[in-house]
Amino acid sequence: MRPFVYERAEEARSAVAAVADRPDAMYLGGGTNLVDLMRLGVAEPARLVDVSRLPYDTVGVRPDGALRIGAAVRNSDLAAHPAVRRAHPLLAQALLAGASGQVRNMATVGGNLLQRTRCAYFQDITKPCNKRNPGSGCPAREGDHRNLAIIGHSEACVATHPSDMAVALAALDAVVHLEGRDGPRTLPLTELYRLPGDDPRRDTVLDPADLITEVTVPALSFGGRSHYRKVRDRASFAFAVVSVAAALDVAGGVVRDCRIAFGAIAPVPWRARRAEEALRGAPATEDAFAAAARAELGQARPLRDNAFKVPLARNLLVRTLTELVVA
Amino acid sequence: MRLNFTVNGRATAVDDVWEGESLLYVLRERAGLPGAKNACEQGECGSCTVYLDGSPVCACLVAAGQAEGREVRTVEGLGGPGRLDPLQEAFVECGAVQCGFCTPGLLVQAHDLLERVTHPSDAEIREALAGNLCRCTGYEKILDAVRLAAERKAAAR
Repeated sequence: MRPFVYERAEEARSAVAAVADRPDAMYLGGGTNLVDLMRLGVAEPARLVDVSRLPYDTVGVRPDGALRIGAAVRNSDLAAHPAVRRAHPLLAQALLAGASGQVRNMATVGGNLLQRTRCAYFQDITKPCNKRNPGSGCPAREGDHRNLAIIGHSEACVATHPSDMAVALAALDAVVHLEGRDGPRTLPLTELYRLPGDDPRRDTVLDPADLITEVTVPALSFGGRSHYRKVRDRASFAFAVVSVAAALDVAGGVVRDCRIAFGAIAPVPWRARRAEEALRGAPATEDAFAAAARAELGQARPLRDNAFKVPLARNLLVRTLTELVVA
Repeated sequence: MRLNFTVNGRATAVDDVWEGESLLYVLRERAGLPGAKNACEQGECGSCTVYLDGSPVCACLVAAGQAEGREVRTVEGLGGPGRLDPLQEAFVECGAVQCGFCTPGLLVQAHDLLERVTHPSDAEIREALAGNLCRCTGYEKILDAVRLAAERKAAAR
């Protein structure tokens, strides 16, 4: 591991200043991804600014019913919060589907959002990777890509975003609150992430000095009727092969409204707006759910070994929505 | 840098800690507590599990500086002076140990489960221990031991 300087930030402005001044500085949250990447030689910051003790460690409910989630809140604390479990069960389920108990106890909300892909080529510094080393190539296209992207990827990069939590937050229209060089600002979570195109280096639109301070989740009247379902290669402690986050509002056998996002099929948490559009006003039937899935997944361009993800994502959505109708 | 933290109830100061060290390294190599084990160094195997401010974490992924001012409890701190925790006794009685390398991490993680859940189902035990790998694959005896400790703990209430 390259030697680095460690400092603990006392407040947000000084943390931003500490990173803004130095191109080789990075924020440290829970460290469950960054410390690992430093050990692998994938990340080589010369300075770590620990922001895990900034006063963004609480969850609250605003008068309008929106959830306020501090960026330093631990994943396990967020999953256990009564307001989350009651109003947004899919978010609690997504959090508990991620990692292991030990990792969830350490991982923060901000760090979860900014974790890097687990593409094996990205994590192996002896291999080419356009995300890690621009222009070096993407061995995943012809290599091991069974669990990589089927949608939203590019010639340069076919990696997927690994977060479960971010998929639920994408479905819930979450808003990310930032402290940056020019002060505070907000960004819809779905606009935080960027598709790789011909420059896969950056996963997000953020400046390196942008600090996530809080995530807000607007109230959703039918948020209680929601579910996060994750398919993985073993029963626990594995990244998703495909996941879906869905909330459904049904009245008189007709879909009044819905929120849908897919995980592990794209370089970003994939908000399925085409599927949502196809469903609004449609009968709440398996046929309509399958048609909605097709409307979204028609854009898919699977690779040699991951075409199975297309019917898997379709079936997962149909099954999840069907169960939500009965719920 | 100097690191000040509490280990198993005792205020501890460690000097000459390098920023890149993990909490696990500090515990094993500087604080004389080799119970937590160093295996994958990626948070995958759980062999290094210790309590940090009351929650089990993988000490290999905790940068030393992050432990400043905090409370750490290792497997050495589960029992009292000269006596084992009932969970440790159950591991001994059930033979829930093969090579023993994963045992300290499993003990801390299972200890946390039994603090939170009085009558854990098998599914709950499995999920709670999902982040602890036993390369000898001795999981059946480990499950037996956790069940036994849970029964005894419930009976003692």
